[in-house]
Amino acid sequence: MNNTNIEDKLILGGHEFTSRFILGSGKYSMNLIKAAVRDVGAQIVTLALRRANTKEHENILDYIPDNVTLLPNTSGARNADEAVRIARLARELGCGDFVKIEIMRDSKYLLPDNNETIKATDILAKEGFVVMPYMYPDLYAARALENAGAACIMPLAAPIGSNKGLATKEFIQILIDETELPVIVDAGIGRPSQACEVMEMGAAAVMANTALATAGDIPLMAMAFRDAIIAGRKAYLAGLGRVISRGGESSDPLTGFLRD
Amino acid sequence: MIKVNGKEIDIKEISLEEYLTDSKYDLKRVAVELNGEIVPKSIYNQVILKDGDHIEVVSFVGGG
Repeated sequence: MNNTNIEDKLILGGHEFTSRFILGSGKYSMNLIKAAVRDVGAQIVTLALRRANTKEHENILDYIPDNVTLLPNTSGARNADEAVRIARLARELGCGDFVKIEIMRDSKYLLPDNNETIKATDILAKEGFVVMPYMYPDLYAARALENAGAACIMPLAAPIGSNKGLATKEFIQILIDETELPVIVDAGIGRPSQACEVMEMGAAAVMANTALATAGDIPLMAMAFRDAIIAGRKAYLAGLGRVISRGGESSDPLTGFLRD
Repeated sequence: MIKVNGKEIDIKEISLEEYLTDSKYDLKRVAVELNGEIVPKSIYNQVILKDGDHIEVVSFVGGG
């Protein structure tokens, strides 16, 4: 099968994307956000919603091109009602219908509350939002989110901001195999190689923020992630070669040796 | 007194639009909740702030 000429699109709520790198914008400067968005060709960038400053602070929207889809998160929400409130306010800001549901009550590990996330997804999907729920990788929760109208699921690889990598790898694979929704791996991915690995596994996209924000050169690391995600996606589409558990197998002809 | 983003503020009765403009909020970049209800931008100039009102003024910031 030759996939190199096939349009490979990520579809979320009827919107098509060619980039599979969802770029976080937290914890680094506006100019570096601008550079990273440009350098990786990001088509989706996450944002948070907070009380506005009265002084004339710079506004992040001035640093993100208009053709980029904004994905506000509901960080700060501790339950479904708070997430719904934040989502509605975000939509009122006039930047589209996308929302990343993020609900947590645990302040040490910042783990998402799947039950509240399902409730919020149900409400917001009915209101026409493109709902992208951040979740703990649990199959039953994934199915409930699918039934509730989620546009994808966003399981965590490791605790948010930890850069620990694919701590939940086996469970993410189960979600990829068993749900119809795009699986976008969010949180905990620390290195491009880990992003590549989940893409090889069949993840639909990767979201990264802290891995960039804490890197030495942010735009350069953003490009490294971009390349890793593209490589992993191509490998997935190509179909990985098989593994043999014992011994080796020559890739050279087994005849015509210069002997005897 | 009205409460804006958690802070009590003493103002005379003015419209929401006047308050936001006077306080140097960028009207294009904020969303407003008045007593728990979202206020559409189109009626900012019709909403008169009253004693005891509670408003939240929010905008986007960097986040993951």
